[in-house]
Amino acid sequence: MSCVEQIKRISGVEPLKCMKCGKCSASCPSFNEMDIKPHQFVTYVIHDDVQALANSRSAWKCLSCFACIERCPRNVQPGKIIDAARQLLIRQRGQEGLSADVIPQLLDEETPQQLLMSAFRKYRR
Amino acid sequence: MKRIGVFVCHCGSNIAATVDVKKVVEMALLEQGVVHAEDYPYMCSEAGQQRIAEAIREKQLEGIVVCSCSPRMHEATFRKCAERNGLNPYLVEIANVREHCSWIHKDMQEATQKAVILMRAAVAKVHLNTPLQAGESAVTKRALVIGGGIAGIQTALDIADAGYPVDIVEKEPSIGGRMSQLDKTFPTLDCSACILTPKMVEAAAHENITIHTWSEVEKVSGFVGSFTVEIRKKARYVNMDKCTGCGICQEKCPSKKPLSEFNRGLNTRTAIYTPFAQAIPNVPVIDPNACIKLKTGKCGICEKFCQAGAIDYTQKDEILTQQYGAIVVATGFDTIKLDKYGEYAYNESKDVITSLELERIMNAAGPTKGHLERLSDGKAPKEIVFIQCVGSRCSDDRGKPYCSKICCMYTAKHAMLIRDKYPDTNVTVFYIDVRTPGKNFDEFYRRAVEDYGVNYVKGQVGKVAPQPDGSLLVHGVDLLENKQILKKADMVVLATAIEPNPDARKIATMLTASIDTNNFLTEAHPKLRPVESPTAGVFLSGVAQGPKDIPETVAQAGAAAVKVIGLLAKDKLKTNPCTAKADELRCNGCSQCANVCPYGAISYETRQVNDHGIREDRRIAVVNSALCQGCGACTVTCPSGAMDLQGFSNRQIIAEVDAICR
Amino acid sequence: MKYSYFPGCTLRNKAKDLDDYARACAEKLGFSLEELTDWQCCGGVYPLGADEIASKLPSVRALNAAKEQGQDLVAVCSACYHVLKRVNDDMANVADIQTRANNYMALPEPYRGETRVLHYLEVLRDVVGFDNLKKQVVNPLTGRKIGAYYGCLLLRPSGVMAFDDPEDPSILEDFIRALGAEPVVYPYRNECCGGYISLQDKEQSASLCRRITESAVGFRADCLVTACPLCKYNLDKNGALPIVYFTELLAEALGIKEADK
Repeated sequence: MSCVEQIKRISGVEPLKCMKCGKCSASCPSFNEMDIKPHQFVTYVIHDDVQALANSRSAWKCLSCFACIERCPRNVQPGKIIDAARQLLIRQRGQEGLSADVIPQLLDEETPQQLLMSAFRKYRR
Repeated sequence: MKRIGVFVCHCGSNIAATVDVKKVVEMALLEQGVVHAEDYPYMCSEAGQQRIAEAIREKQLEGIVVCSCSPRMHEATFRKCAERNGLNPYLVEIANVREHCSWIHKDMQEATQKAVILMRAAVAKVHLNTPLQAGESAVTKRALVIGGGIAGIQTALDIADAGYPVDIVEKEPSIGGRMSQLDKTFPTLDCSACILTPKMVEAAAHENITIHTWSEVEKVSGFVGSFTVEIRKKARYVNMDKCTGCGICQEKCPSKKPLSEFNRGLNTRTAIYTPFAQAIPNVPVIDPNACIKLKTGKCGICEKFCQAGAIDYTQKDEILTQQYGAIVVATGFDTIKLDKYGEYAYNESKDVITSLELERIMNAAGPTKGHLERLSDGKAPKEIVFIQCVGSRCSDDRGKPYCSKICCMYTAKHAMLIRDKYPDTNVTVFYIDVRTPGKNFDEFYRRAVEDYGVNYVKGQVGKVAPQPDGSLLVHGVDLLENKQILKKADMVVLATAIEPNPDARKIATMLTASIDTNNFLTEAHPKLRPVESPTAGVFLSGVAQGPKDIPETVAQAGAAAVKVIGLLAKDKLKTNPCTAKADELRCNGCSQCANVCPYGAISYETRQVNDHGIREDRRIAVVNSALCQGCGACTVTCPSGAMDLQGFSNRQIIAEVDAICR
Repeated sequence: MKYSYFPGCTLRNKAKDLDDYARACAEKLGFSLEELTDWQCCGGVYPLGADEIASKLPSVRALNAAKEQGQDLVAVCSACYHVLKRVNDDMANVADIQTRANNYMALPEPYRGETRVLHYLEVLRDVVGFDNLKKQVVNPLTGRKIGAYYGCLLLRPSGVMAFDDPEDPSILEDFIRALGAEPVVYPYRNECCGGYISLQDKEQSASLCRRITESAVGFRADCLVTACPLCKYNLDKNGALPIVYFTELLAEALGIKEADK
């Protein structure tokens, strides 16, 4: 299965529904942290350049806040695309975004278990 | 056994590319009674019809089957061809091998097989067809226009000018509709009231036009040429003959709380009111939900001050019953509710408004007397942000899937007018696309950009965040610069999607006129019959049919009027002979058919029947063939199988089914 | 009324007293929370990938356990509620996930999303009723101006969560009002605090939280109330105003918090 097919299958998104209104990018709290912007995600899928998405900074910067998904007038769900791109990457060996070794220095007294769990789920296989 | 001819049309490649037409001809010749079969590239053409004519004559055909497009396209063509050549037109059957077959199949073998089956069914039916004669019905030479906006007014004027009487029914206290709420009109920027009020006055003064405001259509029966309509004239509590329109009642009315519908709820009106100064008729109505006298019995101030003695608290709703030959639906539109768009803070902030509300604010008769000011604090806005496509072009469950069509242009208009009148106010427009197809439209939009310095930003707004200091922080994006934009604004204007008037569905149901999933009335043909409903005698004018601007509305209104005039000019209409008929030996007079008949075409009479030698009086259903529209509801309801539809008899239908299952 | 209860990992550890408050308040308000035996962590985030099954199984187990008890399943933590509700929706409506999860679980009777997942706040609103809650308040929080912080997980995606209006919610404001305080509406109450990003990029989370708290302070809130431990953690780091968990506020108003001190 090609990367594009994989990303479509994992995300369940039909990129051709996008009309490029930009409401996702206007809503995204991580916009300034991202190299590829939310409204551009679909273009990478359409142009068969999923690798660029997977290697982007954006894949690690999406907060899964679902604002783009909620406000999209076309039901495109850009957040699911970038999540699928990140998964394509972390399912490969050695591509995790969080190493267990660094965890102790990231913790403080108040760190909730939820934070560790969520980060592990998002950044590692 | 009838002698039957089968004619298979290629429709260029529309049919022939998917259906093996030669094979259909070959199979047709194997059918019982088929003495002639041929195919031809365009059966509907002059030459194609010539071939049918020759075959009828040479082979003495007694029935024909045309395998072609939908009967909605060319059934009439082939029936006329048969009639010209001495064959009763109802001995023609159409097998729809285009819409029902070639257009929806890809595989030639499958499509051909289906085409053969459809042909067989038609042949089986035509064997049982009987010659039918169309009857005649009279035409009532009067038209009804539902809705008194610019669409309804223009349609009524054009019909009236041709010499036919027209009634306008308008549910508001005045005619004028949405256009009366607009300040200026694009692309010429002329004042809306200045061009509308002369038309309103002309309609009111026209000898052939009767205007019923504060009225609603309650019930419709009958059919093309002969509709019977009940109109509810709501109690106005003001005698229209006595009122002089002096306005003292409105000055004195102590009930000042109700929100003004005309000003979109931005300010209040009195309980007795005319919606605006140029209202027609210039006779107020009393809002019974706000009138102190009507609610508590105390007050009566308006009555006391009315010199003409026109106030009448005892008025009741009246039902007016009237006959019409044609009905025009011109029910217009409203803007969608914004309750589901919390991200734009419309409910939260008074300074987030719809474009229609801005029209009222810009208008000299509006809540701010035409001064551009914030409704929260009355200050002049220095930064205004317009957001396009709010609720338009949405495939989610919040908005509408269509483009509302007028927003790009009215926003350019608003932006330009503001920059012209208040040059130190900045205007930013967030857009997805700027759509300006129309005469002088793109030039108009470019003027907003080039001459007036309106800042157009390609991108949408994700959120409007009201700030503690009363400003609005707009979170947008500039897709061309690939940057998020945070813009502090004093006012935000939402180009809110339009939707058909909420009454459209109710009215369409009364008229048995079809309506689409967005509640726009459907046209008989989207290209070739754009102002007619598929329901005969019902015509469409204005936004009730689909989003359109004023010039398009006026053009369509005229077109609808011409169709109405064409109908009213006829003295008699040919009626459809495919009507229901009761078999007196089977009918037991149970009344079920009359209960389901939407046209009131069925009555009962007591008749002596001879049932196998026994003579007795029975209650029998009788169908008025002038009223019957051949819908068939009675035939499927009849428990004893007595009702049958001529041209679509039970035997004919069963023969078709048998042929398909063979 | 008895509910199956899914406390979640954080309420079991770092936020133990929040869990205690939830249970104690429930008893006082006439419903009880019966903790599921052997519940496993929901994972904190809903697995978005359509092909992910294994990471959804702990939720399916919890949902099925509640079904076997014949009880609705209540969560206090926004994240648990979010994950449970979305997995439940998958189990009810996504044939592929339903089949594969059931194949794996090999339950006596397949699970098909029968359990109703409720947030504690929904029980307060729909079962107890805010009017009724108001009557039970012994320490009304009169004079306090409290901003609701909803964050993301309670509200979005609204199609599945169906919790409240995703852009203009009101349940927490109504809750605050019921406790006798004045709710403060500010625009960023449903914008993200950064969530899990704060583990590795504290600055990004801090800047998002600054926007939220500055806005709330601007509208004169003297504290924020939240339903999510991670939101509370991120917002607390910002230090602009106190962040209170809603159960704590509830316990205070019902006189439970003081009693145990």
